[in-house]
Amino acid sequence: MKKITLLLLLALAVILQPSAQAESKTLRWAAATDSNAPYAFYGPGNKLTGFEYEVIQAVAREMGREPVFVPNDWDGLIPGLGRGLYDCVICGIEVTPDKAQEVLFTNPYYVTYEQFVVKKGTEPVTSLEQLKGKPVGTLSQTASFNMLSKTPRVIVKTYDEEVNAYADVVNGRLFGVLLDYPIAKYYAFANPNLKFTGPPFGQISYGIAIAKGNSALATEMNAALARVIASGEMRDILSRWGLWTAMVADTFGQPEDSSLPDTEYRAFVASTAEQPSLLNRIIGYARFWPLLLEASLLTIEVSLLGMAGAVLLGFTLAIMRVYGPFPMRWLATLYIELIRGTPLLIQLLILFYGLPNIGIKLEPFVAGVLGLALNYAAYEAENYRAGLLAIPKGQMEAARALGMTQRQGLVHVVIPQSFRLVLPPVTNDFISLLKDSSLVSMVTLVDLTGAYKQIATQTFDYFGAGLLVAAFYLLIGLPFVRLARYTEQRLNPGAHSTSTKGSRFQLPFGKS
Amino acid sequence: MDSSTSLVSIQDLHKSFDQTPILKGVSFSIEEGDLVSVIGPSGCGKSTMLRCINGLETLDSGVISAAGACISRMPGAKLDAHFEKNAHILRQRVGMVFQQFNLFPHRTLLQNTMMAPVIVRGIPREDAEKTGRALLEKVGLGAHADRYPANLSGGQQQRAAIARALAMQPKVMLYDEPTSALDPELVDEVLHVMKALDAEGMTQIVVTHEMRFARDASDYIIYMEGGHIVEISDEDEIFENPKDERTRRFLRRFI
Repeated sequence: MKKITLLLLLALAVILQPSAQAESKTLRWAAATDSNAPYAFYGPGNKLTGFEYEVIQAVAREMGREPVFVPNDWDGLIPGLGRGLYDCVICGIEVTPDKAQEVLFTNPYYVTYEQFVVKKGTEPVTSLEQLKGKPVGTLSQTASFNMLSKTPRVIVKTYDEEVNAYADVVNGRLFGVLLDYPIAKYYAFANPNLKFTGPPFGQISYGIAIAKGNSALATEMNAALARVIASGEMRDILSRWGLWTAMVADTFGQPEDSSLPDTEYRAFVASTAEQPSLLNRIIGYARFWPLLLEASLLTIEVSLLGMAGAVLLGFTLAIMRVYGPFPMRWLATLYIELIRGTPLLIQLLILFYGLPNIGIKLEPFVAGVLGLALNYAAYEAENYRAGLLAIPKGQMEAARALGMTQRQGLVHVVIPQSFRLVLPPVTNDFISLLKDSSLVSMVTLVDLTGAYKQIATQTFDYFGAGLLVAAFYLLIGLPFVRLARYTEQRLNPGAHSTSTKGSRFQLPFGKS
Repeated sequence: MDSSTSLVSIQDLHKSFDQTPILKGVSFSIEEGDLVSVIGPSGCGKSTMLRCINGLETLDSGVISAAGACISRMPGAKLDAHFEKNAHILRQRVGMVFQQFNLFPHRTLLQNTMMAPVIVRGIPREDAEKTGRALLEKVGLGAHADRYPANLSGGQQQRAAIARALAMQPKVMLYDEPTSALDPELVDEVLHVMKALDAEGMTQIVVTHEMRFARDASDYIIYMEGGHIVEISDEDEIFENPKDERTRRFLRRFI
């Protein structure tokens, strides 16, 4: 899935116009919000940190620019460049000929290799050929994935999160994991159940990605990068993060030993070593309250606006389909079939990353709301159509016999009655829209699902974070279910059959 | 035929559904204040004719005029916006009562009577309410004005439907088998209302199977069969001495 969307997005990005205007004083840089240590990640206190974070700060300073962080989803990183959402991406992206066709790379800011990790007690691995017939894990869209897929008869398993891959080695699902050295160092080296084995496999370079055609920025960044390396600052940064290796020293032409103790690495290992108690974990989540609250609000906003749009458009489509003349009926049917026949995720991605191709750039929030509204309108239209058709023909006849036009009959007689009929299915749709709104995290919005990714990658507690966010979705949905029940009862004349008092409740459509 | 005194006049009305002719040239006229019953076997076209009179069905050809409004169509002519416009005017002057009442279930009886005057005529709500209450009072439902249709008997609903139609102040009232869906003991209360309207001088056309009502209350009776009017006769004459053999055969079952 991830692979397919990335390919699609890369394809979309090919023709995108880079917005080259360097807003002089700032350097807008992007990294994936769910990327992990030691790259650019959210450390304790929800603060951005990581060696890439430090590198980009140093580079920006050398350029005389103010660094501004723009979070994005991993799959959207490269297309976002084309959209001009930011100037550059620094996110452990390996320089490969394939990618160099899509973007411009600076000179490498780090070089490394693939490290093989197995369970403690396994025979040493000296070459990839030894992995024949064995399940080996890696991350999708990485150099190690390419390396493994070129090795005959290895069973390659791809993961979204490195911790999950290493966990599967420990519990025996995988023979081993092949990943970039920094990842192996941070997530496997300190684990007593795992061990490093074999020689360094391959050589990979990380480069900062810039929109194709923006060579002015590339030149400027390369110069800044060279100064950061020459001054020894790069060596300091990488040493503190425990990433100063012989290979790096050789590439940069500097001494092989670290210039500073690996304090950042030790701090990270210490923070992950102890398993906090359940109570402590729950208390630990307290610091995410502001994030969760903000994310919940965004989820609610996107869902409510999306639903409002879906109801309006869906209603129009239903009227077109039931009462419209031939071409309108046909158009409405086409729209409904088209939308229902394609995945919401793809629709969202086309809206956000595809439309800039034809000059329409939507804000992430607008794209998210619009995507949900356009998609759910198709389902709403079918609900309303069923509701309209369920009203006996005699109702419209009676209205017309009383001198009403078809329009008046619809507005005052048919629609108010079908409103009551469609309320239950529409409520269900809203609940499912609320859950589908999680897809807007794909267009850079930090909704509840976006928050989940952030929390999970900081705490490595996928279970707890998952439950927590699921509970939030449930809590948000619940009041709407209750509200719908209540309205349904109020709108049903039979429900207060014994009352002889007139209902003071006005249907939203009627005004008679 | 003197059209100056006839309130409703139908000339050479043809209507078919999917190439099946239902009305094959129907002509008659009715004078103001008359109560006319239309009888005949099922499928003879009497309901279709009634629905044509207030423009609920389009015509294939013919002329229908009622209370100063007129719709017409030449054989083979296209239906245009002009036809629908005239039909719309016609419907505002002709009231219709259906077999299944077709009250608006989401509205109280009072709101049912008020809706069309307010929406179509633009009458102020207070006036419409006053008229509505008076009409419901007249059909014996004054106490039920604020109840919903679902909570009333069939007879009460049909009387409310009459009040709703009257609220538009029609010149002619059409009834499409108004008592066929009612339990026998509820039939009289509806017929009673229609008789009362007749006494006030309302022009009414009733498609009915109630032979007793047809005979008691009608000024005259139209007998239809096979898409034609077979006989138009005085109410006593048609029952005691039908001119046509087909009428005789039909009525034999009721006597």
